[in-house]
Amino acid sequence: MLRNQGRREGSPFTGVGPVFVKELSDHLSSTRMLVLTLFVIVFGALPVGFTLQTLREVTQSDQYLFLRIFTVSPQQAPISFITALTFMIPLMAIGLGFDAVNSEFNRRTLSRVLSQPIYRDALLLGKFLGGLMTLAVALTALFLIVFGAGLLLLGLPPRGPEVVRGVAFLLVAIAYGGVWLAVAMLFSVIFRSTATSALCSLGLWLFFFLLWPMIAQAITTGFMPAQFRSVDEVLSLEAFSSALQRLSPGTLFGEAVLGLLQPETKAFGDFANLVMAQTRGMIPGTPLPFDQSLLLIWPQITGLIAGMIVVFSIAYIVFQREEVRA
Amino acid sequence: MSDPLKADNVIEARGLLKLYGSTRAVDAIDLSIRKGEIFGLLGPNGAGKTTTILMMLGLTETSGGSVDVLGFNPVRQPLEVKRRVGYLPDAVGFYDHLTARENLIYIARLLDIPRRETDGRIMEALRAVQLADVADRRVATFSRGMRQRLGIAEIVMKKAEVAILDEPTSGLDPHATFELLEMIRGLKKSGVAVLLSSHLLDRVQSVCDRVALFNKGKIALMGTVVELANQVLGAGHPILVEASGTDVPAALKGIEGVQQVVPDGTGTWRIVADRDVRAAAAQRIVGAGGSLTRLAELQPSLEEVYTRYFEEARRAA
Repeated sequence: MLRNQGRREGSPFTGVGPVFVKELSDHLSSTRMLVLTLFVIVFGALPVGFTLQTLREVTQSDQYLFLRIFTVSPQQAPISFITALTFMIPLMAIGLGFDAVNSEFNRRTLSRVLSQPIYRDALLLGKFLGGLMTLAVALTALFLIVFGAGLLLLGLPPRGPEVVRGVAFLLVAIAYGGVWLAVAMLFSVIFRSTATSALCSLGLWLFFFLLWPMIAQAITTGFMPAQFRSVDEVLSLEAFSSALQRLSPGTLFGEAVLGLLQPETKAFGDFANLVMAQTRGMIPGTPLPFDQSLLLIWPQITGLIAGMIVVFSIAYIVFQREEVRA
Repeated sequence: MSDPLKADNVIEARGLLKLYGSTRAVDAIDLSIRKGEIFGLLGPNGAGKTTTILMMLGLTETSGGSVDVLGFNPVRQPLEVKRRVGYLPDAVGFYDHLTARENLIYIARLLDIPRRETDGRIMEALRAVQLADVADRRVATFSRGMRQRLGIAEIVMKKAEVAILDEPTSGLDPHATFELLEMIRGLKKSGVAVLLSSHLLDRVQSVCDRVALFNKGKIALMGTVVELANQVLGAGHPILVEASGTDVPAALKGIEGVQQVVPDGTGTWRIVADRDVRAAAAQRIVGAGGSLTRLAELQPSLEEVYTRYFEEARRAA
């Protein structure tokens, strides 16, 4: 592409607002949103319901009992609320983003919209923000429902630190959704067919949830020495394994949420936790203050946000190069 | 815009070039469109018409040359250009789940039309294209012709100085085509310069002030329809004669000014002359004892120019 005529003029953000508002109102009034809401309620409410039942039978005192609603796996089903969310958020994000750009193309509205005073940047950004806002609305609603259910069924109000951690968890969940929204939009830019882009997004989702843990495991096993000679060796292998796992946004989200909702978390990885406890004299099971937890998961949060920005940038570059004509 | 020669031109392209790999989709064309005229881009599919239009709007990058729209450069100042130019793409699409009015509201927001004016301008535009009574119906129920008209309404609402219409009449029935062409004339009347592309020649002929004939990325011919006809079909007055009962060609050839007599079906001939020879021709045929059944001056048709030009281009190749 020759760009010999110099820089373009005008703000790349002209028009982001109207696109954002339209996308948001389209999403919120669509049938798809209704389906997603049902989906969230079924898959979110069920684990929470079971967990609450389990928690009501707990008699020992627990400082963070309220947060356990999110993390405890109930007896009836081996799935906690956050595990369910790890699966569901990507699905919601993909549902909102897989046809963001190619549907405009197929409806032949793209060239008409782009012939208005707006850059492609603004269109893509407006759509992304619209989707993210929709996701945020849905997740906040779900979060409030869970909080309310907890309040009613446990008969116990959450304490201040629990609320803070809960809100931080909500923000991390939205960022996690943002990553998958960006992925879905990337595919919607690359492929003209909405079915193909949906399939690719879902394929990537399955890959990260089913295959990647196995692949990472296999690679780690390949690097395992015949005999461990020191604690450091075990630790470094565990660090390597974690690093591989963390290429999946689901792992980053899982760890970040664990750090937030299980204040006892001081390190990730079983062995690392053990070593931490022994070498630094930390007593396992004692909770960290909120700022320390936040510090612990800061890399995970940055990783999620960075991933979101990187994927969005790729989508943006591909979109810039695309021809608008049919 | 300081150049007095350019002052009347709303679009000015010089050596405009677009390469796709090694193919020259648009091959160094020069084109200027004047204020208040309807200009037709004609040519077969794939001749480079749409690419030229997209370059004028800054929707695709140019590979060379320059283009100037209302004093702005679409490559560097696309927002300024797109604020002033209305575009109706080939087979325009709207958001089916929204009503006509809602579709226009979205565009009005993108155009940053003050909220107070939005309603009035939308209704005014819908009235101009006779869609006011279906303003609140979902576009999903609209026919092709109604969608095209809604596209024109968008341009009216935009108060565009230039309207670029890509194949506006393709796929429309004759009545809808007629209505749409009336609306295009309406745009011209309100002072909008119109650039339209088409391969429907006889329709276009009736509205265009000037046309450019595209062929393989180049402008083969440009001018008014009459100018093109003179260029391609030869200057002069073509006449159609239908007669019998005598040796018509012989009788006609004797007339002063007649350059050519070509048979055009049984019993009809086509004459090319450098002046109006109808009276003389009638006299000759009747004088020779023939019976004259038809004598007509042929209007040069764009269709003919087009067909003839491409025939010759093929023969030359």
